[in-house]
Amino acid sequence: MFRHFSCLLFSVLFLVSSVSFASDHETEEDFDIAGMIMHHIGDEHGYEITHGLKIPLPVILYSKEDGLQVFSSSRLDNGKVYNGYKNDHGHIVKLNEDGTVNEAVHPFDFSITKNVATMILSSAILLLIFSAVAKGYRTNKGRAPKGIQSLLEPVILFLRDDVVKPAIGPRYEKYFPYILTLFFFILINNILGLFPAGPNLSGNIAFTMVLAVITFLIVNISANKYYWKHVFMPDTPGWMYIIMIPVELVGVLMKPMSLMIRLFANITAGHIIMLSLYGLIFIFKSYLIGGAVGGFALFMSLIELLVAFVQALIFALLTSMYIGSAVEEHH
Amino acid sequence: MSLLSIILQAVAESGSGLIALGAGLGAGLAAIGAGLGIGKIGGSAMEGVARQPEASGKIQTMMIIIAALIEAVALFAAVICLLISFNI
Repeated sequence: MFRHFSCLLFSVLFLVSSVSFASDHETEEDFDIAGMIMHHIGDEHGYEITHGLKIPLPVILYSKEDGLQVFSSSRLDNGKVYNGYKNDHGHIVKLNEDGTVNEAVHPFDFSITKNVATMILSSAILLLIFSAVAKGYRTNKGRAPKGIQSLLEPVILFLRDDVVKPAIGPRYEKYFPYILTLFFFILINNILGLFPAGPNLSGNIAFTMVLAVITFLIVNISANKYYWKHVFMPDTPGWMYIIMIPVELVGVLMKPMSLMIRLFANITAGHIIMLSLYGLIFIFKSYLIGGAVGGFALFMSLIELLVAFVQALIFALLTSMYIGSAVEEHH
Repeated sequence: MSLLSIILQAVAESGSGLIALGAGLGAGLAAIGAGLGIGKIGGSAMEGVARQPEASGKIQTMMIIIAALIEAVALFAAVICLLISFNI
């Protein structure tokens, strides 16, 4: 009883005194929260884990004048110039002799940036996990599943029976590997982004655009003639074709684009919320605000975890529904 | 003076204040839209589960999927407002 009371008294005194400690910091410059947020959700040429620990990644440039240049990104840190190249806010530009930017030379940037390294890492994680699952199925033939196979089997069966089979119909097996890969790849990238100092790969609109383009190609290449009949000769009176055909064509384009923007906006908005909450701690510089923000940020992190799963599921579900609408037979 | 004339006077010097106002209002309206839509879905899901508790698993799955679809539309608007705010 006395121990509980003294704990309570000590913590109250500590919190109260912390507010007075926070008041004598006006001599430092303002904390640039917009810059911090943009830096953390963008891409960069090295992999910065904290201030001062930066893992250098290869910079690979190709231009007609200089050919192929491969060097470490640490040579371009902090505005240094190497071989006439300078890292200008993420763009690598070539400088003239007098230090101004050479506008005529646009080197193609094939560097391994933070996002590319993350893609390689998550592909490696996928391969590791699923080769273990496949080995489990080979060695446990006819017996109950064990280990990581038993963790993933309900998920894969859920995807097969409740997502892909109802959407695509009897010929789902041709598309099922792609939908599984899509779901787990997006899921692993979403979860990697939730770690502190984690990379923001699925919030990169180029990444989601490529996934949406692949969906677009699969849907339109495997579409049968009933699908194109619904697009170019829908079941409406003939005089409405002049309105309906542009609307249907826009629909063909908008479905993958909505996939792209949905995943990008959900993940990026989640990261911006988390970074803003952490930035609040640095703006106020007090332990009391730190504690309150910590609790709220924990709650928001749990929502972000749910969003990570749901967005991967939605992407896979909508992709399988679009494929289903493309391959379904005439009823 | 009326609110409109006060705003117009404040904006007369430079237009970037009106851009910020537009972006903020847009994002707020999108949030209201998302809240209303998802609230309706949640309410119908609650009613459905109350009528038939055996179906609560299916209803819960569908509710989360539909909530994600509605939220996507609200986030389209939020992304556009973000793009506006970067062009000030």
